[in-house]
Amino acid sequence: EEEKKVEEEEEEEGWHQLYPGHIPTSPLQKVLLAAGSAVMALYDPYRHDMVAVLGETTGCLALPNLRDKMKHHPEGYRILQERPRIRLSTLDMSRLRGLPDGSLGREYVRFLEDNKVSPDTRMPPKFVDDEELAYVIQRYREVHDLMHTLLGMPTNMLGEVVVKWFEAVQTGLPMCVLGAALGPVRLSARKLQVLATELVPWAIRSGLNASCVLNVYYEERWEQPVESLREELGIFPPP
Amino acid sequence: VYQVFESVAKKYDVMNDSMTLGIHRVWKDILVHKMNPCPGTLLLDVAGGTGDIAFRFINYVRSVRERQLQRKLKHHQNLSWQEILESYQKDKFNSLGDSQVVVCDINREMLKVGKQKAQHLGYTEGLSWVLGNAEELPFDDNKFDVYTIAFGIRNVTRIDLALQEAYRVLKPGGRFLCLEFSHVTNPVLSRLYDLYSFQVIPVLGEVIAGDWKSYQYLVESIRQFPPQEELKEMIEDAGFFKVDYENLNFGIVAIHSGFKL
Repeated sequence: EEEKKVEEEEEEEGWHQLYPGHIPTSPLQKVLLAAGSAVMALYDPYRHDMVAVLGETTGCLALPNLRDKMKHHPEGYRILQERPRIRLSTLDMSRLRGLPDGSLGREYVRFLEDNKVSPDTRMPPKFVDDEELAYVIQRYREVHDLMHTLLGMPTNMLGEVVVKWFEAVQTGLPMCVLGAALGPVRLSARKLQVLATELVPWAIRSGLNASCVLNVYYEERWEQPVESLREELGIFPPP
Repeated sequence: VYQVFESVAKKYDVMNDSMTLGIHRVWKDILVHKMNPCPGTLLLDVAGGTGDIAFRFINYVRSVRERQLQRKLKHHQNLSWQEILESYQKDKFNSLGDSQVVVCDINREMLKVGKQKAQHLGYTEGLSWVLGNAEELPFDDNKFDVYTIAFGIRNVTRIDLALQEAYRVLKPGGRFLCLEFSHVTNPVLSRLYDLYSFQVIPVLGEVIAGDWKSYQYLVESIRQFPPQEELKEMIEDAGFFKVDYENLNFGIVAIHSGFKL
C-alpha cells in the first residue's frame, strides 16, 4: 500500500527520492521545519528527532564544507567512497570488549555500556537534498559517541554540552552552535561555572587545534590507544 | 490507512488543534447543535475514535435534560415534599434521560485513547466503545436514531458501502450526519488553503508528532475526496432523503445531512 502511495506521489509532484527515507522539501518547508524543530527541541529535550531535523535543515552551508574537507583528505576520501556505518550489527562487540584497556575499541564499548546507549538510535537523515551530504550527516551522528569517548565526556547534560561545543567548532553545523549556546540554560550554577571556566575553553581549544574528526576511519583503529589517537588528532587531554 | 492512525492516535488531538488552530472544536460543536438531540436519543458515532462527538453529544443531552427537569420541578410546586422527592430520585438516575452513544472505530488505539479521555473527563454513563468497520457495521438493522461520522468518511475505501451500512442501521426517521473536509470554491482562498495544507501541515506533523508521512497522506486524502455535490448524490444513492449540505468556512469543511424515511 505504501509503495503504491509513493509511486503515485512521484508521478503527481515530480518527487525525487534521492535515498531511502528522503523526504524532499520546499525552501518554505525547510524554514518552517528549522523554526519548529528548534522550538520543539528546546521545549522537550527528549525529542532527539527534532535536534536531528534542525541539523538537517540548517546544515546547507556546513555540510558541503565538511564533505569537501573529507574529499581532500586521503582517509576522509576513503570513508566517502566506502560509506562505513557504525551499527551494532556491524560491530563485533565481543572482540572490542576483549581489547586492552585504553584502546579505542575497549573504551568505546565501555562508554556505550556505562551510559546505556547504542549506536543504533541515531536518526537516519530525511531532509537533506543530496545523497552524499546525507551520508556525511549520518556519519557525523554515528561518530558522536566516539567523540564522547575521545573527549571522555558522559552523556549527562553537562557532558553533552561540552561535546556540542567541540562539534560546533569542528563542524560549523548551526545545530551544534545552537545546542552549545542554549544547552547550558538547563544546568545548575555550579555546573555552569565548571563549564565556563574549564570545560568549554578546553573543548574550543581542542576543536580548533584538532584536524577534522570525520577524517578518521575509526573502524580501522579499534586497537589504537585513545591517548595516541587524541595526540594524532590534536585533542588536548581532558581536564 | 490503519498504520497511519496507529501512529497518529496518541497525538491526534494535539495535531487537530494545531492544524486547524482549534477551529475543529467549533465545527464539532456546530455538528451537534445541528443534530439537536433530545434525551432518549441513541447515537452511533462511526470513526469516532477519541470521542469528540460523543462527549459533545452527552453534554448537549445533559443540558437539555437539566432544563427539562427544572421545568418539571417548577410544575411540581403544588405537590407534597414526599412526592417531589420521589420524582426527583426517579429522574436523578436519568441525567441523560436514557440517551446513549455508541462510539465505533476500526482502530483499537483510537478507542483506547477515547476511553482514557472519557475517564479523565468524567464521562461514565451512556457511552459504549465498539471496534468495527464502517463498511461492515457490527449492529442490527434499524437500531439507531442518529448516525454521525466526523472526519472519518474520507478514510473509508468504499464510501458507498459505508453509506449503505449507515442506512441499514438507522431506524426509519433516523438521521445521517457527516462532517468532513470538502472543496473550497473561492479561488483565492483555495490557493491559500492549498499552500497551508501542503507546506505547513506536514511540517506540523513532523514537529509535533514526529510523523511527516501520515500528515502528508491526510492532506492528500482531503484533495481526493468527492466534493459537496458528488457526496450529496452518493448519499442519495444509498437511499437517504432530504439530503442537504452546509458549508463551513467557505467549504473547507461541510456537513452533509440525510434522512431515512
